[in-house]
Amino acid sequence: MGTISLKNARKAFGDVVIIPGASLDIRNGEFVVFVGPSGCGKSTLLRMIAGLEDLTSGAILIDGKDMTEAAPSKRGLSMVFQSYALYPHMSVRGNISFGLKMAGMPKAEIEAKVAKAAATLNLTEYLDRKPRQLSGGQRQRVAIGRAIVRNPEGFLFDEPLSNLDAALRVNMRLEIMQMHKDLGATMIYVTHDQVEAMTMADRIVVLNRGNIEQVGSPLELYNRPDSLFVAGFIGSPKMNLISGKPAEKFDAHTIGIRPEHLGISLKDGTWSAKISLAEHLGADTFLHVDAGPCGMMTVRAAGEYDAAPGAKIFLTPEPDRIHRFDKDGRAIRK
Amino acid sequence: MARNASIRRKLVVTAFAWTVGLVIFFPILWTVLTSFKTEGDAINIASFFSTGWTTEAYSVVQSRSNYVQFAMNSVILALGSTFFALVIAIPSAWAMAFAPGKRTKDLLMWMLSTKMMPPVGALIPIYLIFRDFGLLDTRGGIITVLMLLNLPIIIWMLYTYFKEIPGEILEASRMDGASLGKELLYVLTPMAIPGIASTLLLNIILAWNEAFWTLALTTKDAAPLTQFIASYSSPEGLFWAKLSAASTMAIAPILVLGWFAQKQLVRGLTFGAVK
Repeated sequence: MGTISLKNARKAFGDVVIIPGASLDIRNGEFVVFVGPSGCGKSTLLRMIAGLEDLTSGAILIDGKDMTEAAPSKRGLSMVFQSYALYPHMSVRGNISFGLKMAGMPKAEIEAKVAKAAATLNLTEYLDRKPRQLSGGQRQRVAIGRAIVRNPEGFLFDEPLSNLDAALRVNMRLEIMQMHKDLGATMIYVTHDQVEAMTMADRIVVLNRGNIEQVGSPLELYNRPDSLFVAGFIGSPKMNLISGKPAEKFDAHTIGIRPEHLGISLKDGTWSAKISLAEHLGADTFLHVDAGPCGMMTVRAAGEYDAAPGAKIFLTPEPDRIHRFDKDGRAIRK
Repeated sequence: MARNASIRRKLVVTAFAWTVGLVIFFPILWTVLTSFKTEGDAINIASFFSTGWTTEAYSVVQSRSNYVQFAMNSVILALGSTFFALVIAIPSAWAMAFAPGKRTKDLLMWMLSTKMMPPVGALIPIYLIFRDFGLLDTRGGIITVLMLLNLPIIIWMLYTYFKEIPGEILEASRMDGASLGKELLYVLTPMAIPGIASTLLLNIILAWNEAFWTLALTTKDAAPLTQFIASYSSPEGLFWAKLSAASTMAIAPILVLGWFAQKQLVRGLTFGAVK
């Protein structure tokens, strides 16, 4: 079945090291999201799994078999590209069936498979159109259709939603998750959007400068970040990171506290702060405050918080929600 | 005021363009006009327009030499050299555009630099090779030379077109299980059709008009229309009208092709220049 393992997979162009050495085991049927800032090597890692980039050293095992040197098409994986990468000169039907034709499948069987994929993706009436006559969302569906029709062991998604507008993105996100549930295939999904990562993943792999920083379920990463980098990357709005004197009181070089884990009081509290800006989202209010020695902080207040800029408030962190980090940025566990 | 100025500007630009166009076209016009004159009128510069038009020169040319055989050779040489050049150039340009190495740019420059050498510099060695291998006056030999001659330009043009094609589409075909050959045939080539078409047209025109090598390496069997024209140039006697008639007959087919392909050629040559 569709297990994928990286054994110390390394990628370097001459002296420039992109991936110093990544090891990871992906279980069959798992939805894994690679997330990280741009340039962190997440797309390179995906392309290495796909076989579009060679490994400098290390190995890739798919389904227990060594596929390090195998051609992309022999790995039993399908890929959905960021730009969709549809064949512009072929109709939707041609695009979806191309892989099956290359595999030498009989015509009747191809017809049936294309029809089924098109029906699942609501593309039946567009089968004879060219990609340029389709909307962005429809092109995305064709790209997905091209991937599912080959019935692969695993799917690779390279930022597939970043070219869509916000509303469509949420819809497609749900559709991809539904597809994962229906097909039960292994999926690896690359994104720089941590909201996508949090909502879709069984497990998230956080990458930073080519290194795997932490692997875990969304809530594990949220509740127990291993490093300052993960703490700052996962969660929206970002975790407040405080160093210096206020952190020393907690026996740490840096402490982190999420905006939603700060209690607000007008009378007393651990830190005093002055409101400089309030963002009203309806369900929540985000207060940007100047907390003196702690620096600028973000605080989440539930509901409509009546806040006047310049007003003084007190903040108290929930004690068991404080994250402590040493001077190398690693988490200090009790 | 502003409108007047812009109209005047347009008039000046238009007049300039027409002047340049006429200067370029003038030799062709003169050749065509001369071909319909008597030999006497033809050498008289004063009679730009003839006193009596005649097709006499054409009938002489027709009766003296076999136009069809020369034209046939021209067609075979132009199409043959272009075909083989494309067969070599498409994979080469693919490699340079999508799998470039450290020295790809140097390689491209080096290929272009071969066009900077005057061809006469290579005449003796190539003539000797042709003589020793029995290639003189053979179609195969001339096709090879014309192909090699234009290969750098073709690879450069195709390289430029291929650079415009997103690599992800080719990668998608690799994920879909297309072999390298199928990737080139079913994905890259159809997408690059406009570029390949204009390269093809330009190369046919270049090969058709190539005179240096065809004159040096052919005599009869493989002789194209350039030899046909040259055979009417002689050191003595009156031959301007006949020479012009031969020239007109030689350029007519390619002129017609160029006329029909104008749009494609302009698009091809400015491809990538305007985004």
